[in-house]
Amino acid sequence: MKLYDIAHSRAGDKGNISTLSLIPYNENDYEMLCQKVTADTVKKHMEGIISGEIIRYEMPNISSLLFVCQDALAGGVTTSLRMDTHGKALSYALLTMEI
Amino acid sequence: MKFQNVVYNLHDYLKMKNKIRIGCGAGFSGDRIEPAIVLAEKGELDYLVLECLAERTIALANKRKMADSTKGYDPLLERRIETLLPHLLKNNIRLITNMGAANPIEGAKKIIEIAKKQGVNIKVAAVSGDDVIGDLQITNDDFRVFNNENFAYDLIQNRKSQIVNSANAYLGIEGILEALQADAQIIITGRVADPSLFLAPMIHEFGWQTDDFDLLGKGTVIGHLMECAGHITGGYFADPIKKPVENMENLGHPFADIFSDGSAIISKVEGTGGIINLQTAKEQLLYEVINPNEYFTPDVIADFTSVKLEEIGKNQIKVSGGGGKTKPETYKVSVGYKAFWQGEGEISYAGYSALERAKLAGETLEKRLKPQFDDIQVDYIGQNSVFPNSKFQYQNSEVRLRIAAKAQTQAEAALIGEEVEALYTNGPAGGGGVRKYVNEVIGIVSVLVDRNKIKPVMTLFSE
Repeated sequence: MKLYDIAHSRAGDKGNISTLSLIPYNENDYEMLCQKVTADTVKKHMEGIISGEIIRYEMPNISSLLFVCQDALAGGVTTSLRMDTHGKALSYALLTMEI
Repeated sequence: MKFQNVVYNLHDYLKMKNKIRIGCGAGFSGDRIEPAIVLAEKGELDYLVLECLAERTIALANKRKMADSTKGYDPLLERRIETLLPHLLKNNIRLITNMGAANPIEGAKKIIEIAKKQGVNIKVAAVSGDDVIGDLQITNDDFRVFNNENFAYDLIQNRKSQIVNSANAYLGIEGILEALQADAQIIITGRVADPSLFLAPMIHEFGWQTDDFDLLGKGTVIGHLMECAGHITGGYFADPIKKPVENMENLGHPFADIFSDGSAIISKVEGTGGIINLQTAKEQLLYEVINPNEYFTPDVIADFTSVKLEEIGKNQIKVSGGGGKTKPETYKVSVGYKAFWQGEGEISYAGYSALERAKLAGETLEKRLKPQFDDIQVDYIGQNSVFPNSKFQYQNSEVRLRIAAKAQTQAEAALIGEEVEALYTNGPAGGGGVRKYVNEVIGIVSVLVDRNKIKPVMTLFSE
């Protein structure tokens, strides 16, 4: 199963940091996401895109996870040569992850 | 009651409300104007907020101010104010906006000029003081590098005078509160933290104390949910397979009914397109948050981990909870600097061996450009340009080569596109649709500055 099948995500940017939310459509899936989608598994999945540390925040109040990814935007929004300088599309890179 | 230097008398106290309605009609500088007009016309608002400043917007606005000292405010200010002003006056709505960008004073004067043309008298307040470029050039010790950006140190210590082109502090509620107390109908600011544009009218109308950090945190949560306008009404959310959104062409922007206990109901004007539900609210709550336990604004360090969201009706989300502790002792200052010139070129290949020919073109260009350029990016659009990671490759019938590089001068940057164009007679077969671009790139670094070094300034204009 792909994350896309059970969850949605929006990417945000601050300097060279990308923030990726992970929100299950069904709140009952939250516990399972907590177990299977860790900072380590995300780091592995996003290899080649995110080079820095990833911190995962658990948000049981809204049954959602937040991944804060360092060194994710090729030097930062304002000076990156990438097409998608903000990493806006990285939410959908996360959702291609198999669990 | 006393907050900052604003003293409320008994008469003001009796006027204080239990509920206000704030609409957000813009979430960035280039946002659509129609949803703001719908809000002003039919939203039964008390306040309209237009949030129009991204990280780099002020640096670009400052370039326009350097070229013409009467410019440097939002390029869409005239269009927005001309169309909105009649609705604002008719429906008694106060406008709070950061469209002042690099020049809130001239922005305020322009608004007065537009009002005169429309035959009306209004009171406009400009909030400035965020521009600290002068201080940046004389003091070093007061500036602290943020987020380990080593470059900022070098920038401020050694190279500032040649390349820095803007330095703006994210101000908080103070200047806006003063303007509200002075009965300004339109408040135009420079750099202000986005949630503060919403928090200031809450404090003003409900009489919250500016050291009641629990309420300030709650108000900041509401401001954060609202600040990107269409983000919470289904904009930048829609996915036809998993998250369908109706009538996107007519997307409404949100308004919030905010209560004096710091809770709110977020909704939109009946008949507009889009959707507000738990999913849109959750996506926006987490948007650009780097620590949900401590969300820093100049007003409060807010807590997002205790926020409660409930769907209480169609397109109605109730927000409660959240909180805050203390306020930071520093302001964040964004420093804009001339980073480099970026040259870019693109060309398409399609049909048999499209990817192979595109790759030959890319490799050829790299060999031709390598001696002169250190930092070259080669992308195959349709293959790896957005996810630069081989796992994401799919087969397509067409592919577009993009090459970008950093250069020191405009002329040098132009060579990139020229080399792409020259593929027409010096590259693989069948390439087409060349486009070339040259842009000066403004970089942004952030530094922290002691609060007491920076003073917000409120200036009133009328007639």
